[in-house]
Amino acid sequence: MKERHRALRLYPAFLALVAMLGFSPAWAGEEDGMTLLKNRCASCHNLTGPAPASIHALWERKAPDLFYAGNKFRRKWLISWLQKPVRIRPAGEFYADHIKPGPKRDMVDESTLKPHLALSAADATLAADALMRLRAHDDLIAKEHVPAGTISTSMGSLVFDKFLGCMACHRVKPDFGGLSGPELYTAGDRLRPRFIASYIRSPQAWDPKIWMPNKHVSETRIIQLVHYLQALSKGESHE
Amino acid sequence: MNKNSLLFLGAIALWTLSPVLSETSLAASAKNNYRTYCAQCHGIAGNGRGINIRDMSVQPRNHTDAEYMSQRSDEDLAKADKEGGLAIDKSVLMPPWGDTLSPSEIKDMVQYLRTLCHCKYNSQ
Repeated sequence: MKERHRALRLYPAFLALVAMLGFSPAWAGEEDGMTLLKNRCASCHNLTGPAPASIHALWERKAPDLFYAGNKFRRKWLISWLQKPVRIRPAGEFYADHIKPGPKRDMVDESTLKPHLALSAADATLAADALMRLRAHDDLIAKEHVPAGTISTSMGSLVFDKFLGCMACHRVKPDFGGLSGPELYTAGDRLRPRFIASYIRSPQAWDPKIWMPNKHVSETRIIQLVHYLQALSKGESHE
Repeated sequence: MNKNSLLFLGAIALWTLSPVLSETSLAASAKNNYRTYCAQCHGIAGNGRGINIRDMSVQPRNHTDAEYMSQRSDEDLAKADKEGGLAIDKSVLMPPWGDTLSPSEIKDMVQYLRTLCHCKYNSQ
């Protein structure tokens, strides 16, 4: 009898616990976010890894890998960009599938590039939160330390353009630089500082077959590049 | 002709053709690497006119230029490919591909460059 009373007393607590576990808004959000990624993004983006391990797998990739999106992107930028997507890779992915011979040089064949889908504000937030949980390369990020600091844009452009030749493939202004790599004038807003540092240190550690070379950039230059990209995104000169 | 004779002839044919087959696959692999890594600057036709060149202070080499390419030794081409332009006193815009391509892939790439220029090294 005593035991029955005790069980009855505990029953409401048990129900409350089940309700919390089953209907917790946070848990539901996580599940909805991953469902959204699977339904809307997975047909082009790889959400689970690994990165392409062969040239042919690289050529078949339709869009950047997202299985380390939480290591790579800033949440605020994701929420904003997913509502109003603007092309980041001028020649798309894989770049050689989107170029054609031109009179002076090879040209981007715009007719082969498709716009990225746009999400509602609510879905963009849901997707961004789900993406921030995809962190397959916490190990690489943990190796990086980027001290706060600034660099003048004139010194930054000297390092970027002249010392390291990054402008060959990347744009640092909408009308200056190469086209086969992602534009970098919004990289400071888009990317996490330690990701930038790690990716420059070894692009192949993130993406073994990527067409960005490892230039064995020194620690000092890596930090300068991170600060330069941050300065570019702020749109202000630190001179 | 009995079954054993057929097998023997098949083995002889494979042995004779193996260098050809191997060369073909090496050429295909170097061609794929060229399209992936080199074409962004040197052009899909290897003529030095890739999509990236408009703002470059030094223009990429035209790999179909037999006159120039015949003056570069295979060793120089391999060194530039592996260690970048600075390693042979050329532009920093030519990056090192030593962490991307294996030594044998770089060797194959040099042979592929020789097919683009239809030339060999001429030390004269």
